[in-house]
Amino acid sequence: MSLLELRAVDKIFGGLHAVRGVSFQVEKGAIFGLIGPNGAGKTTLFNVITGVYTPEHGQILFEGRNIAGLKPALIAERGVARTFQNIRIFRTMTVAENVMVAGHHLHKASIADAMLRTRSYERDEQALTKRAQELLEVLGLAELAHEVAGSLPYGSQRRLEIARGLMLSPQLLLLDEPAAGMNSQEARTLNEQIRFLRDQLGLTVILVEHNMAVVMNVCETIHVVDHGETIAQGTPAEIKSHPKVLAAYLGEEQPGNQALA
Amino acid sequence: MRALIRFGIAALILLAIYGLEFGVEAAFTEYVQRIILLAGINVILAVGLNLINGTTGQFSIGHAGFMAVGAYGAAFVGVKLAPPVHGALGSGPLADAVVFNVALLVGALFAGISGLIVGMPSLRLRGDYLAVVTLGFGEIIRILFNNATFLGSATGYSGDDPSGLPAYTNFFWVFAWATAIVTLIHNLTFSQTGRSLTAIREDEIAAEAMATPTTRLKVTAFAISAATAGVAGGLFAHMQAGVRPEDFRFERSIDMIVMIIVGGLGSISGAILGGIFVAVSLELMRDLQQYRLVLYALLLIVIMIVRPEGLLGTRELHHLLRRKKTAKPATPTESA
Amino acid sequence: MTQFLQQLINGLSLGSIYALIALGYTMVYGILKLINFAHGEVFMVGAYTGFYAAGFLGVADFEAQNHSFPLYLALLVLIIAMAAAALLGMTIEFLAYRPVRSAPRLTPLITAIGVSLFLQNAGMLLFSPNPQRYPAILSEVRFAVFGVIVTNIKLTIFAVALCLMFGLHLFVQKTWTGRAMRALSFNIDAAKLMGIDTNQVIRVTFAIGSALAAAGGILFGLDQITINPLMGVLTGLKAFVAAVLGGIGSIPGAVVGGLLIGLAEQLTAGYLSPEYRDAITFLILILILLLKPEGLLGVVRVEKV
Repeated sequence: MSLLELRAVDKIFGGLHAVRGVSFQVEKGAIFGLIGPNGAGKTTLFNVITGVYTPEHGQILFEGRNIAGLKPALIAERGVARTFQNIRIFRTMTVAENVMVAGHHLHKASIADAMLRTRSYERDEQALTKRAQELLEVLGLAELAHEVAGSLPYGSQRRLEIARGLMLSPQLLLLDEPAAGMNSQEARTLNEQIRFLRDQLGLTVILVEHNMAVVMNVCETIHVVDHGETIAQGTPAEIKSHPKVLAAYLGEEQPGNQALA
Repeated sequence: MRALIRFGIAALILLAIYGLEFGVEAAFTEYVQRIILLAGINVILAVGLNLINGTTGQFSIGHAGFMAVGAYGAAFVGVKLAPPVHGALGSGPLADAVVFNVALLVGALFAGISGLIVGMPSLRLRGDYLAVVTLGFGEIIRILFNNATFLGSATGYSGDDPSGLPAYTNFFWVFAWATAIVTLIHNLTFSQTGRSLTAIREDEIAAEAMATPTTRLKVTAFAISAATAGVAGGLFAHMQAGVRPEDFRFERSIDMIVMIIVGGLGSISGAILGGIFVAVSLELMRDLQQYRLVLYALLLIVIMIVRPEGLLGTRELHHLLRRKKTAKPATPTESA
Repeated sequence: MTQFLQQLINGLSLGSIYALIALGYTMVYGILKLINFAHGEVFMVGAYTGFYAAGFLGVADFEAQNHSFPLYLALLVLIIAMAAAALLGMTIEFLAYRPVRSAPRLTPLITAIGVSLFLQNAGMLLFSPNPQRYPAILSEVRFAVFGVIVTNIKLTIFAVALCLMFGLHLFVQKTWTGRAMRALSFNIDAAKLMGIDTNQVIRVTFAIGSALAAAGGILFGLDQITINPLMGVLTGLKAFVAAVLGGIGSIPGAVVGGLLIGLAEQLTAGYLSPEYRDAITFLILILILLLKPEGLLGVVRVEKV
């Protein structure tokens, strides 16, 4: 059983058919890439998987259970974490607080406990703080723990978003354009980080990305969409020279085009 | 052991307030005492409203309705409870204390429940729509009380005694309750729940993606703030001879908004300062109601244009004094 | 049956006034996504301007001599009030709303509440807090039709409202500025990029909405006989509900909503109890926002994540 399976998913916005009959499977432990020209429906797919939108047709099976149409908070609880294309960190909160927000499953104390500062509340707080600190160390943000998140440089904000997602102890991590705005050195570091997330933390990663240096190097399977439809799936080598993919990006079929190398 | 220490500290604080009461009554005139009482009640109102409007970013402009529910509830329960309690405990201050506090709690409970009823459907709406719906509910509550014959309709409810409601409200009770509520809400705000509420304010979609039960938390915060408004209402009721629907018109909700805007939306210390400001200005300008309201109006407009974060923004006084190395945080009126 | 027809007539005339005010709310919200809380006060100022203008033009003398106020003077009063309100609306936009136009949604909301509060209390100070009797700019003539009492005032309300709404329709559909207003309500940034002077269009929107509200104010005064500085609070809120009911941002929606609210209010007062005439509007507000927030004629908008 694959960790995530999409079966003929459709998403329609009024007149716009943003996602048409998309199907794919992501195996546990895979690093899976989702690419396509702008407006192809990649982020919409992420939004449908994480419950922000409900698909009109189709199923989304996570660990065998259909999560299509469930509320985002429930899907997150089940083990699906994500980052956002436009970085949605909590800007006025500190770095540590940003990560701790996602720690609901570690925090069993009630509101009454919080108001009265009972011992069970203090215990939960400590556990939460400790776990958040561990995750910040993993992502190299430990010294910035008490900085206001909005004041961080762009790259650190992206890493913070990942740390926050990891706090959910997810099985699946959806990264939406994590390499946006990075130079080639940073992109290489990102590749290592993504491999680390899979190798050391056991995560399955789905990546929406435009930076081909990242996609081709770190993804094992790549699924290509254009205008909401699947046009190809395969290994990086297969995708690089796939005529339909080249046509979608470049507008014409040209054998031997090396533009995607 | 820890509970014992806590209990001890609480007892000491209560003793201090009790002592202060004598000082206040000795040092100040009736007029100033009244201002101090109103300031305390306003602090409760402001800190409670700040929880939902400031910390959680869900702007409600109908809280006068919840204050009314608490006021009427406490008044009614107090009147009905007094005879049996006096029968059992005699008619001393102990009996009064029991009656008053039970009445306040019941009033707060009613207010909290009405907060749940209003909040559950309303909090699905965003921004301005939420504001208008809460305004609508606030008015509906007032109209209901205005037409409730068993509660005196427009003339109001003053109990079974011709001299009106017993004047239970004094410095001690107002400040004991104010201290308790400020402490509880402060603890809540700086907890995982408070963090979740702030996350909802900052970016509800991202908060949901991080497994935050946003609807449940919003409604809970709303109910808690309604309950605190109810406590304030109960305290307010027993400063007057009776409770009238007139006391809970939209102007009352506006007063509450001015309190939290002036102090800084999202700051507890700001809410306290704002509450004091409104109480003082209300009494000082008692004969100049229109001018007071014109002043509030100009304050709201000017603050929004010039310094939307108010006095303290989302910061607390004790954080500022600690001078932590942080960049200037944005406020609810500055984040998208 | 006559009772029902009577309530119908009354409800529709009240509803026409609500519609005139609702148009201002809907046009401003359509473009700026702002609830102009102060719009009810513009309605009030319009009514008072009519009051003072008529007084200045000697309506008291006409009343004393039992002559009707000349029609051309009545029209003059209307024009003066509409012009004054337009000016007020544009001033409010310029001083209070424009500085915070780019701020997050909460800020203009609070500003609008502030402006509303300011005008209410400035009105109390300037115009006296006591209710005033509205001058007979139009002398009342009653006639019975099938047992239903209709006055020339009710007919005037229909006529004036109809003319103004038709005029607005022509303006929005046929003129360049009207088209620009529609463009801004779809996408204000795109409109700016197309070279439209958004400030100008917004100013015109406020002017027109305010003028319509002022007309509503005079008609209201004629119909209800008394005015007071707080008249804009409740009536403004009801007109806002009307705009939401019809679909905020939709001009035909504002008209439909206004008429429906007027009818609902009148029928409730007539058949249930006058005590609840205000409550019914709040009830409708809550129901519509919970069941169909885009209103009867509105369009559902999806938020892009």
